[in-house]
Amino acid sequence: MAKFETPLINELEKGPWPSFVADIRRQAKTKPELEDLLGQLELSYKDKETHWKHGGIVGVFGYGGGVIGRYSDMPEKFPGIAHFHTVRVNQPSGLYYSSAYLRQILDMWERRGSGLTNFHGSTGDMVLLGTQTAQLEEIFWELTHDMQTDLGGSGGNLRTPSCCLGMSRCEWSCVDAQAICHDMTMTYQDELHRPAFPYKFKIKVSGCPNDCVAAIARSDFAIIGTWKDDIRIDQAAVQAYVNGEFKPNAGAHAGRDWGKFDIVKEVINLCPTKCMSWDGKALKINNKECTRCMHCINVMPRALRPGLDRGASILCGAKAPILEGQRLATLIVPFIKMEPPYDECKELLNKVLDWWMEHGKNRERVGELIGRMGMREFLKAVELDAIPQMVKEPRSNPYIFWEEKDVPGGWTRDLAAFRKKHPL
Amino acid sequence: MGYDPKNPMKDRITDIGPRHYDEFMPPVLKKNFGKWLYHEILEPGVLMHKAESGDEVYTVRVAAARLMSVELIRDALNIADKHCGGYIRWTTRNNIEFMVDDKSKLEPLKADLKANPMFPIGGTGAGVTNIVHTQGWVHCHTPAIDASGIVKSVMDELFKHFQSMDLPAQVRIALACCLNMCGAVHCSDIAILGFHRKPPFVQHDLISSICELPLAIAACPTGAIKPATVEGKKSVSVNAERCMFCGNCYTMCPAMPLMDAEGDCVVIMVGGKISNRISAPKFSKVVIPALPSNPPRWPEVVAAVKNILETYAKNANKYERVGEWAERIGWESFFEKCNIPFDVKTIDDYTLAYNTLRTTTQFKFS
Repeated sequence: MAKFETPLINELEKGPWPSFVADIRRQAKTKPELEDLLGQLELSYKDKETHWKHGGIVGVFGYGGGVIGRYSDMPEKFPGIAHFHTVRVNQPSGLYYSSAYLRQILDMWERRGSGLTNFHGSTGDMVLLGTQTAQLEEIFWELTHDMQTDLGGSGGNLRTPSCCLGMSRCEWSCVDAQAICHDMTMTYQDELHRPAFPYKFKIKVSGCPNDCVAAIARSDFAIIGTWKDDIRIDQAAVQAYVNGEFKPNAGAHAGRDWGKFDIVKEVINLCPTKCMSWDGKALKINNKECTRCMHCINVMPRALRPGLDRGASILCGAKAPILEGQRLATLIVPFIKMEPPYDECKELLNKVLDWWMEHGKNRERVGELIGRMGMREFLKAVELDAIPQMVKEPRSNPYIFWEEKDVPGGWTRDLAAFRKKHPL
Repeated sequence: MGYDPKNPMKDRITDIGPRHYDEFMPPVLKKNFGKWLYHEILEPGVLMHKAESGDEVYTVRVAAARLMSVELIRDALNIADKHCGGYIRWTTRNNIEFMVDDKSKLEPLKADLKANPMFPIGGTGAGVTNIVHTQGWVHCHTPAIDASGIVKSVMDELFKHFQSMDLPAQVRIALACCLNMCGAVHCSDIAILGFHRKPPFVQHDLISSICELPLAIAACPTGAIKPATVEGKKSVSVNAERCMFCGNCYTMCPAMPLMDAEGDCVVIMVGGKISNRISAPKFSKVVIPALPSNPPRWPEVVAAVKNILETYAKNANKYERVGEWAERIGWESFFEKCNIPFDVKTIDDYTLAYNTLRTTTQFKFS
């Protein structure tokens, strides 16, 4: 028998999509605090307002992140969730798990928490929802000692870096996204656990420009795999696509009859730089003109493959609208080799972090700082030369902040001599 | 020995980071790491990746609600133990993937998954995959709307597109329950955003004791918050006309709550993307400034998303994402085709507004 009547959220047990209400209700049989959670959720559905209080600082000793305080604003009515803190556990790169490891986490969370999780939080962590302050050190002890794992980031920290599945199961990954993500996570453990930043800072690694981890939209420092040389072509396989032996786009469009595959219409004419041609026998690509958008490779994965001179493009400054408006990451390094220990990449990242920590205001993301101080100051600080790849187009106003050293004769002038020539 | 509260620093382990992913990849993936040739989607939700060695790995993708109990995850692990050598993975969009290294293992795996309605197979190719979303009323203090309930309602309605690949391209839907946008709502094909529409309360009797007033004042991006003395107490005043309801003040100061059942609404945004394929990544654009937030099923939101999706499905070219379609036909045609009334509130008036205004005589009559 349920503790509370929940007619509104019961509606969410119907329908074909997996029902979180049904799932929580089943778990509530052994975790009665979840009855209180369902009761409070029902109240929110009635009130159309949340019933969680504003934060509260809790954590484990020596860390300034990884745990987020959460308290019900109706603790008398819902005592089981009066304290219902979040624990973020750093995910393994690529989100692979062994059953044995994951069961350890689940068992611990059933003993010390509510048994409710997010797989995964938006940044990528395993998110454990709902525990009490007294459990936090115990949880941290078990995570570090028994499961050899650690907390993720929160607050003004480096947030837990994340990546796509990279080379583990994708033919397009131009960098070892998992290795880079893991290495960055280990290199920056201090920044991940102890807040020293003006605000959050996210690193994301995608293996190719398809960007399955949304690095370009969501990370302050985006590492996106790319290549420099020619797309590899298997002309016989191209012919097989043209002949209808292989399904275009790996069969992604199989649910509708789009007619016979037309390589000119579907590949050649959709190429953004029009650098491809097809004469009925051979596919030609003018690789110098290619901007590596991936479309032709996505459509004909058995015929076309990224080149072999591989590395990453680095883009900087993406964020959601809070505060000064949304930003996509912008290109700062067109190509960088990504071989362990990734020193060149880390040196650049350190310069970005140093500049941001020196100049960033409270809750100002690095992209907003670039917006406030300008690319010129940013490039000076991170010691990168300006190159045309950094912009869509040059500036259309001439309001250049000239520096004295760049103007012949400098700015010190003789007013008397000037007035002699140009009397007032 | 476990944790000793009397001696918290004894044997303390810190900064060890996550477990290495190498431990958790199925053997067939480890063996062929970096040596994959191509992949095929055999049917909705089922992928085959072929390696240079000739090895094949078959992946079955199923939906998950993101918000999951340990019992439900154990159900998934039981299937992984039985069929997949005890390995499992999640996608970046909250789907679960089960992998087997031989085609003969595929049908038994699918049969066990199909037996559990909590694990519907799908989410590949030119369809609607799982909605990236946030916590909502289940576990957050700033939301304007719920998250999981709206996702459930929308996906129930779009479920056939999760299990088929009948759209012009993949359609990525995201939901964020407030402007903080923990989901990647700002770059999604269709985005559902919770939004407050009433300026914050100021709890004058409490604010100076629970908030740092200068931080609350500095938090406002439009300078709408000013120091004030109210009935002899230090407080702040809010210029309601300058409030853009971002909620940053509430994040800094619990004495300035914005949430309000009547005011809080749902914004629909359209046309964003992340992939660099064909056209550059794009932001989502506001096309419906406010829909009512009506739990438990949000019928207005479900209908609006379905309408946009179906209009797109009927009109877009193969490979064309929602934003690319809207740009090709022109946004004036987008509003006309989707039968969405254009509202002055969809014209930008924030910092980069000018970039969105039309500076040509080329347009289409509607």
